[in-house]
Amino acid sequence: MKPFLLMLVLILFSGKSAAVDFRQLENPEQQAAYESLTSELRCLVCQNQTIKDSNAELASDLRRQVYEMLQQGKTKEEIVVFMTDRYGDFVLYNPPFKIITGLLWLGPAFFLLIGLATILFIVRRQRSTPANRLSAEQAQKIRKLLETSDSN
Amino acid sequence: MLKYIIPLALFVTISVFLALGLKLKPNEIPSPFIGKPAPVFSASRLDAPEQKLSPKDFKGQVWLFNVWASWCVSCRAEHPVLNELAQQQKAVIVGLNYKDKTDAALNWLRTLGNPYNVSIMDQDGRIGIDWGVYGVPETFVVDKKGVIRYKHTGPVSANAVEQTLLPLIAQLQAEPE
Repeated sequence: MKPFLLMLVLILFSGKSAAVDFRQLENPEQQAAYESLTSELRCLVCQNQTIKDSNAELASDLRRQVYEMLQQGKTKEEIVVFMTDRYGDFVLYNPPFKIITGLLWLGPAFFLLIGLATILFIVRRQRSTPANRLSAEQAQKIRKLLETSDSN
Repeated sequence: MLKYIIPLALFVTISVFLALGLKLKPNEIPSPFIGKPAPVFSASRLDAPEQKLSPKDFKGQVWLFNVWASWCVSCRAEHPVLNELAQQQKAVIVGLNYKDKTDAALNWLRTLGNPYNVSIMDQDGRIGIDWGVYGVPETFVVDKKGVIRYKHTGPVSANAVEQTLLPLIAQLQAEPE
């Protein structure tokens, strides 16, 4: 049990490995914007990491860019526009709903529907086929087995 | 009958998705700059830092903007192709020396040859960000009006020069200023 618990604890704390460099902004709102922006923007070199998680040079340059723009008093929206103007929607972990991203947004719902339809289909089919009746002989056998196990 | 059709349909669907997946190039992110004016910069020349250049200096010409660095391994692979292209003198080739050290960059050009009409410096990567650069090498094609018309991510191959760059350059050279 102990090794298992230890493993669980290790797993729980291993996920939060972020913040390669730490930047402090004067205003707590800006600090919050910095934290949320860096975890919403994708590192384009290491594509499955945010710029907050990544050690890549480009990620650190983009963090610097976000930091400087916040210091200049730019809003979160302005920074997101700045980034998408240069790197496209791909830089966002949460891309806007457009025709080109339609499959991305609707795909999961579509597959869920297929799954539900399949379940419904199977359940219906099972209901329509009559449950198998036991023959008298089989019932007798089962009763016998149950009785012997009870007496044990 | 359904017993056979369902697994077959599943097999076909999965095969189609996997086959499409093989053809995708996740490293090639479509550039939002195609058809937009080249981002402005004012950058020092690599060989003469006191001189500044901006995209305006290339107006009226078709130019390639090639992002390179001496630390970049695929740039080394691309370099002979660029040298070859430069000899044909079909378009101006401008180099963006990205996050590099001046000595190392100049040394690279001395030893491997210099395909660039001029190279400019971007030591802290800010011009790179403005141009949406995320992987070196990258090559942009800019037309006479200063509009970006094409972007190639990764090393340019001899094949890409023949089949894409040269025809595009010829087409852009024919356009009025």
